[in-house]
Amino acid sequence: GNLSIILNYFFAGEIFELKAELNSDKKEKKKEAVKKVIASMTVGKDVSALFPDVVNCMQTDNLELKKLVYLYLMNYAKSQPDMAIMAVNTFVKDCEDPNPLIRALAVRTMGCIRVDKITEYLCEPLRKCLKDEDPYVRKTAAVCVAKLHDINAQLVEDQGFLDTLKDLISDSNPMVVANAVAALSEIAESHPNSNLLDLNPQTINKLLTALNECTEWGQIFILDCLANYTPRDDRESQSICERVTPRLSHANSAVVLSAVKVLMKFMEMLPKDLDYYGTLLKKLAPPLVTLLSAEPELQYVALRNINLIVQKRPEILKHEMKVFFVKYNDPIYVKLEKLDIMIRLASQANIAQVLAELKEYATEVDVDFVRKAVRAIGRCAIKVEQSAERCVSTLLDLIQTKVNYVVQEAIVVIKDIFRKYPNKYESVIATLCENLDSLDEPEARAAMIWIVGEYAERIDNADELLESFLEGFHDESTQVQLQLLTAIVKLFLKKPTETQELVQQVLSLATQDSDNPDLRDRGYIYWRLLSTDPVAAKEVVLAEKPLISEETDLIEPTLLDELICHIGSLASVYHKPPSAFVEGSRGVQHKRLPPRSGSPEGAHSGGAAIPEAVPAVIPSQGDLLGDLLNLDLGPPTTGVAPAPTSAMQMGAMDLLGGGLDSLVGGAALNCNCQTLGWYFLPHLQVWLLAMKAKGLEIAGTFSRRGGVIHMELSLTNKAMSVMTDFAIQFNRNSFGLAPAGPLQVLTPLSPNQTTEVSLPLSTVGPVMKMEPLNNLQVAVKNNIDVFYFSCLYPISILFVEDGKMERQVFLATWKDIPNENEAQFHIKDCHLNSDAASSKLQSSNIFTIAKRTVDNQDMLYQSIKLTNGIWVLAELRLQAGNSNYTVSGVLERERYRF
Amino acid sequence: MIHSLFLVSTAGHIFLEKHWKSVISRSVCDYLFEAQGKASAPENVPPVIATPHHYLISVYRDRIFFVAVIQTEVPPLFVIEFLHRVAETFQDYFGECSEASIKDNVVIVYELLEEMLDNGFPLATEANILKEMIKPPTILRSVVNTITGGSSNVGGTLPTGQLSNIPWRRTGVKYTNNEAYFDVVEEIDAILDKSGTVVFAEIQGVIDACVKLSGMPDLTLSFVNPRLLDDVSFHPCVRFKRWEAERVLSFIPPDGNFRLMSYHVNAQNLVAIPVYVKQNVSFFETGSSGRLDITVGPKQTMGKTIEDVVITVHMPKVVLNANLTTNQGTSTYDPVTKVLVWDIGKLNQQKVPNLKGSLSLQSGAPRPDENPTLNIDLRIQQLAISGLKVNRLNMFGEKYKPFKGVKYVTKAGKFQVRT
Repeated sequence: GNLSIILNYFFAGEIFELKAELNSDKKEKKKEAVKKVIASMTVGKDVSALFPDVVNCMQTDNLELKKLVYLYLMNYAKSQPDMAIMAVNTFVKDCEDPNPLIRALAVRTMGCIRVDKITEYLCEPLRKCLKDEDPYVRKTAAVCVAKLHDINAQLVEDQGFLDTLKDLISDSNPMVVANAVAALSEIAESHPNSNLLDLNPQTINKLLTALNECTEWGQIFILDCLANYTPRDDRESQSICERVTPRLSHANSAVVLSAVKVLMKFMEMLPKDLDYYGTLLKKLAPPLVTLLSAEPELQYVALRNINLIVQKRPEILKHEMKVFFVKYNDPIYVKLEKLDIMIRLASQANIAQVLAELKEYATEVDVDFVRKAVRAIGRCAIKVEQSAERCVSTLLDLIQTKVNYVVQEAIVVIKDIFRKYPNKYESVIATLCENLDSLDEPEARAAMIWIVGEYAERIDNADELLESFLEGFHDESTQVQLQLLTAIVKLFLKKPTETQELVQQVLSLATQDSDNPDLRDRGYIYWRLLSTDPVAAKEVVLAEKPLISEETDLIEPTLLDELICHIGSLASVYHKPPSAFVEGSRGVQHKRLPPRSGSPEGAHSGGAAIPEAVPAVIPSQGDLLGDLLNLDLGPPTTGVAPAPTSAMQMGAMDLLGGGLDSLVGGAALNCNCQTLGWYFLPHLQVWLLAMKAKGLEIAGTFSRRGGVIHMELSLTNKAMSVMTDFAIQFNRNSFGLAPAGPLQVLTPLSPNQTTEVSLPLSTVGPVMKMEPLNNLQVAVKNNIDVFYFSCLYPISILFVEDGKMERQVFLATWKDIPNENEAQFHIKDCHLNSDAASSKLQSSNIFTIAKRTVDNQDMLYQSIKLTNGIWVLAELRLQAGNSNYTVSGVLERERYRF
Repeated sequence: MIHSLFLVSTAGHIFLEKHWKSVISRSVCDYLFEAQGKASAPENVPPVIATPHHYLISVYRDRIFFVAVIQTEVPPLFVIEFLHRVAETFQDYFGECSEASIKDNVVIVYELLEEMLDNGFPLATEANILKEMIKPPTILRSVVNTITGGSSNVGGTLPTGQLSNIPWRRTGVKYTNNEAYFDVVEEIDAILDKSGTVVFAEIQGVIDACVKLSGMPDLTLSFVNPRLLDDVSFHPCVRFKRWEAERVLSFIPPDGNFRLMSYHVNAQNLVAIPVYVKQNVSFFETGSSGRLDITVGPKQTMGKTIEDVVITVHMPKVVLNANLTTNQGTSTYDPVTKVLVWDIGKLNQQKVPNLKGSLSLQSGAPRPDENPTLNIDLRIQQLAISGLKVNRLNMFGEKYKPFKGVKYVTKAGKFQVRT
């Protein structure tokens, strides 16, 4: 209170004094006064009251005084717009000054005065300055266009400044070119589709020439701009690369990284057998290594980018492992990044060194780093099989240190090693059990419980161990509770006699005393399983688990390709596409790597960009069965492969119900279709109407040829301009259908042209039950937009070639399948005898296992196997001389668990 | 581009702000303070911080955070490089880069920042050009200023270099004594393990130049063994084509001090380790004590003397004190920062320096889990440890005969011995 009043009082006195000095007749006194004003301003004091007095000092031929006044103006014009108008005349006059320095200064300062009224007066001087004879003025004016655009975009467009700016790209002075590029790039960010930077071979050549002669900052702008260009062919690509490589030796690391971006992108187009391709790969390593000897902040950004580069082209840095070794006084953010890259580069050749380092790190001070180092040892074991044993023994050594968080981290990773190499390292369980009491983190407790449950048969006192956890059941985290529930059920299934009481206890804790719905549901499911069918329970709970994958935390390939195009940017630091986070960049276009000329592999990465439907890196493990198989241990530090059949099993009942008629009846015997051919091919259907897809019409159907499912597409361009850059992606679907390769369309697709494409499909994609079951949602992308449609595929394309069941098995299976799994229906007007029907069905992979004739009735017994391993058995009855068939289909039940 | 700059002291005091576009509230720095609160030391504050509406990109230099605020996608390295350039410019202008010197020269700082960035685009960042436009404060000038009523410290002429194809050099340079000196400075970065085996070693080399030559001299610097240099970064003045073709450095130099090139030697066989270190640092299970024994001696020195040897050890927190004796130099242990410094001085062949004694630990505390790392400093005059040698310096384009000189020095960079 009091103090601030006193301070204000003194400050008021100061203002008064300054006012007097500003109005002094003596030039020097004036200048010193302005300096004092600026000094007060910079420390945050409000000296805006002096506005008219300071502006009065503006008309001077003393450059320093002028500059100081300009500094002041820029700061306060916004809060005193009416006063700022007073300065306009001086600005306009200064823009005509014979001294280019003053002209430039005036136009530069005017652009910084963010007052609408002033911008109107700015246009004429700016137009003159953009065409000034002096390049220093032109380059300053170029930036001024960007400033003005930020304040009033419409004005800039109306006045034609954008075109003038585009012309400056061809300016004779490299600094002017660089500034024009910088200004256009900034403006383009708010106008993603404006084609402001329309790059063609001529402008590229201009830019490459300016690149050699402009300042380091200008080089960054130009390189970033070049990176947006897509060369016409591999020769152009190579020639640009050749002219960009000298930038790798620049002292400014931002120049180096921008050059790396251009090279990484353009080398995508070079044939891999080209000598130059190898040369370029070799040239990329040294500058990247050099970035790591710079200041830590630079190192951090470099490391985040190297992380991407190592994933895209591991060969570049595979021999440079040692530069990523951690120094004890590296900042923690550098240490963690280095560690990550070490794991990515780990291979059989260098694993010994890596392990020795990791062991060293595990004794460092910083807890986060130590934890990550221990985790890294586990990742090595999973990645390099030959090293697994050494990793396990290193982890055991670490457990012996008894350092609490090290022990816990080690146990979490050992669990993953068990998953990867079952029945190999179980001898260490005893050591692990010794540390049971010291575990206080949920993840470590859950891991330990999983281990005890999984190997219950080898741990004599497994029941005691698990029982000890049970005492504090309600205080445990959900993760631990779920794990404990499953582990005790496993134990019960393995040693039912001694553990009945324990399992009852845990089931009642989970179902009756818990408020957690997940826990309760799981408890009930186990309970019912155990009480109705212990054998089924065993199959569910003790089922074989899918293997965990080697590489973890890999960036999904389409995203990786996009990020490679954004090397050096914020996106590359955050490993997220730019659209995901930067507020200022409205509607960023997704960048893609150019396709490699002539090679399908290149086309793959080229076509791989439907960002809207980016599949998750690690499939979600939401389905119930996955849970029951214990795939939910903690966060996905180790990517768990999806259980491809699990979701299907949920849909099995559905297959029996609504699905069966389409399955057997509709598909194969419907004579309206072209079954006479050697494979079953329904007519093309229009899936996507041109009017709904900006001129792109898609018709298609499905086929099965040579054991491979194909999507037969017919693409028609009904728009006025050519279409390029086609790509396709599927949503998750019931049978995991996914493109087995890229969509190879002969592009460009000219207006009114139609092209036929056959896209091979695989069935290993992510699975999700669809309604109806054979519904497929598709996204197709071209240079114009992304389009979505859905279509239905005939189930028959899923019938595999080895679907012929052995007679004995068929008989036994048929009997085993309960009646409620049976469906029956009739097909009318099918004029085929049984043999013809049989051979026709066989062409669709519906196999005749046996034929019987009873009472003039031919009975055909058929078997079908679906791509996901499900069997369908059918009986066809046909009365001689009658064109009606009766089909009884049964769905084999044995294979699924519900 | 760069929107605003804040300079923040380690104590969290924002002592300077500069906005190149609209004004951004200081409160954006709260996100930095939050990150600083989480970090164990100011060095560990991450350089890129996301906030709901902005990104903060910062460097930490000389106990000051240089915090740039950006709003659109801007290459972070560009920002970081620029911030380092700002720090270097302050250092160059004021002799030191500190809160006090920046506050003392706040108007010049503002003029500099205004000249370095326009609308967030870098404008003039070369020291030569800046000095042409804004004169650095000198004691002499401030005396003259007070006596005569002051001359301007802003140049009134167009910075000529900014427009030519050689933006790093101003025209009309004139000296009575024309001289060109080159310092080849090499730093050894190395990690040795417990047994003294080299885990990793590389050399970071630079050639710093001080060139004071009249007119537009065109220089050519050649090496006896240029094949050593396969990983190089050059000052923009170096003609890359000639380097690629002939392995010589051909350039029109900036005026004054500049870094001509930096290089990197990481082929293990080329990196000689000049000293050996034998050490044993151990903590006993009981008795709250430990023992320390370090011996250092010269190894591969190519006949030169190793000077200014200093060994620094960051001890675990539980080490209360050290009772050590040495046969050379002095050792001090700071119980507050837990840093042991053993200043040895010169290494000679006759006597092998040794430091040993006991460490006392906080009683009752558990034995420390981590092993302290030894950090080694040293200096060898007249030797570039990689063996790099300058062959000759030729000058074209000017008639006079300059004085020329080359100096070599090897230092320890991040030279660490694990225990």
